[in-house]
Amino acid sequence: MASLELKGIRKSFGSTPVLDNIDLAIDAREFIAFLGPSGSGKSTLLRIIAGLESADAGEVWLEGRRIDALPPGERGVAMVFQHYALYPHMSVRENMAFGLRNARVGKEEIERRIQDAAAVLEIEPLLERKPAEMSGGQRQRVAIGRALVKEPKLFLLDEPLSNLDAALRLRTRVELAQLKRRVDAAVIMVTHDQAEAMTLADRIVVMNDRRIQQVGAPMEIYTRPANVFVAQFVGSPAMTLADAELVGDGRYATLKMGDGATVETRVKRDGLSSSGQLRIGLRPEMVRVGGNEAKAKVELVERLGERTLVYARLSNGQAITAEDEGDSKVKIGDEVPLKIDGAAAHVFDAEGTGHHRSDA
Amino acid sequence: MTSQRDWRGLLFVAPFLLLYSIILIFPLLRGLWLSLNQVDLFGAGHFVGLGNYARLLDDPIFGTSLVNTFVVTLMIVPALTVIALALALALNRASRSAAIFRGIFFSSAVLSVTIVTLIWRFMLAPDAGFLGFLAKAFGGEPLPFLSDEHLVLPALAITTIWWSVGFPMLLFLAGLQQIPEDMYEAAALDNAGRWTTFWRITLPSLRRTVVLVVMLQTAAQLQLFGQSQLLTAGGPSGASRTAVLFLFETAFGRWELGYASAAAEVLFLLILAVTLTQYWATGQSKEASNGR
Repeated sequence: MASLELKGIRKSFGSTPVLDNIDLAIDAREFIAFLGPSGSGKSTLLRIIAGLESADAGEVWLEGRRIDALPPGERGVAMVFQHYALYPHMSVRENMAFGLRNARVGKEEIERRIQDAAAVLEIEPLLERKPAEMSGGQRQRVAIGRALVKEPKLFLLDEPLSNLDAALRLRTRVELAQLKRRVDAAVIMVTHDQAEAMTLADRIVVMNDRRIQQVGAPMEIYTRPANVFVAQFVGSPAMTLADAELVGDGRYATLKMGDGATVETRVKRDGLSSSGQLRIGLRPEMVRVGGNEAKAKVELVERLGERTLVYARLSNGQAITAEDEGDSKVKIGDEVPLKIDGAAAHVFDAEGTGHHRSDA
Repeated sequence: MTSQRDWRGLLFVAPFLLLYSIILIFPLLRGLWLSLNQVDLFGAGHFVGLGNYARLLDDPIFGTSLVNTFVVTLMIVPALTVIALALALALNRASRSAAIFRGIFFSSAVLSVTIVTLIWRFMLAPDAGFLGFLAKAFGGEPLPFLSDEHLVLPALAITTIWWSVGFPMLLFLAGLQQIPEDMYEAAALDNAGRWTTFWRITLPSLRRTVVLVVMLQTAAQLQLFGQSQLLTAGGPSGASRTAVLFLFETAFGRWELGYASAAAEVLFLLILAVTLTQYWATGQSKEASNGR
């Protein structure tokens, strides 16, 4: 059963459109990530769901109830703000109780929920403290606790990890994943960090340029990107995109790149028009140093320990990113042979739509 | 630390210390010394010890002026604080009209006390004044604000509030801008109505500004002078004579410099005591709220 449904949401700020006809359905207990660059409209969409912004057109439904005309406090949603937005003059306990008191929840019930949430989040010793007396990670937990006690049908998390340092971010990510299994609610998280989206979400909603670009499970987004934007935005380092033309005539498309190298893909030929400009998409792990399919001049080497990233240029000037072993001997300026795994390659047509390997 | 180093450091602050001593410390001590002497403008004066202070204790005019001062301060400070806060809340928005009104409400603060009292003379005069006109228009009797001893202090208070509301309003506006917007968004998601949001979010966040405004205004209004001198010259029959007006009349009307200095020292100590009490009280209430 759909938990949250968005129907035809539109929003402009003045004459600048920020969201254009957004449709989305989320299942109960599903963890959704809105992933996109700054200005893609993802935060605005979250705020529209929360009721902090009003949409120009469209409907928001939560568990069969239309909520877009309701004030934020009556929608059955709870939000964790990017900067936590804890009330500085209230203790942790008061911060958590404030919303419940306003909703006229009974005293004992409030106390029970606070104790439960504090136990889950391990913040029991902090209950009498003020936000100023806590670390960033502790404030983050309190902010989550304040959302938890409301027992909402939908959690909204606005860039929840962006204010934490790298180590704490990893730990909190794990905790969020555990938390998600405990709560009986759907979760929407806004993030511009694809690693967060990939690791936490059941489904990712990739947004750019006012629209939803693709909705799918993390690996689906990664392995079958709907278009050039998704292909380039998800995955780090970014996928190599090279102009290519169709050659030969088999069941699957064979493409010739600008430097003359041919790549036999597993993309069905019928779906592609032979006239339009095509681009081939290659993730770094599909291009290995070695073999003899292409030659490239190395411009930059990144040693990451377990693998080495090689940024190089083909003879026609096309940039390409390749991978090598962790103990790679490749140096800047080397001419290296490349082995391209065409079976995993993606093809993008003139409109930017992605075509992927078909196993059928 | 060598002593040589200490001297070098002192050299750096010497210009300031010198200036500070000449224009602040010296007059302060000189005033204290004056208060222990009987001096007029012409003679050398002679030492009378605490005689001036003893005389003050028995001086009903001084006593009345102190009472007047505290009464008018009590009339002004709470009302001024509430009005300034209300204006700031109403005008804390980005619209053009709010900017214009902010300017209008602040504009009275730049006027000299002479102009302010002139304006309010026109407002308050029972026959020709605006308030009298209003009273008649609604079929009432115009109130003799400046000649009734029970109405003259409220009249002073109204004039002063009108004159001084701009600066506290600015302080409150600055305080309001410091409250992050997401705090209000969190409150909206916490189902807080306007009233709850004001009492539980806005007001506690403005706590330090409120303390600042109350303390500044209390210290300022305990020294109220110009309005009382220019509107009523302390009348009728001393009902609006404030402590500083008493000082002024004693020093520059009767030329009793020693006696006036003693009164000044007493007023100084009173203002200090009031301010410290307020400071202590806010510390106490803060501790109490922390302990909850």
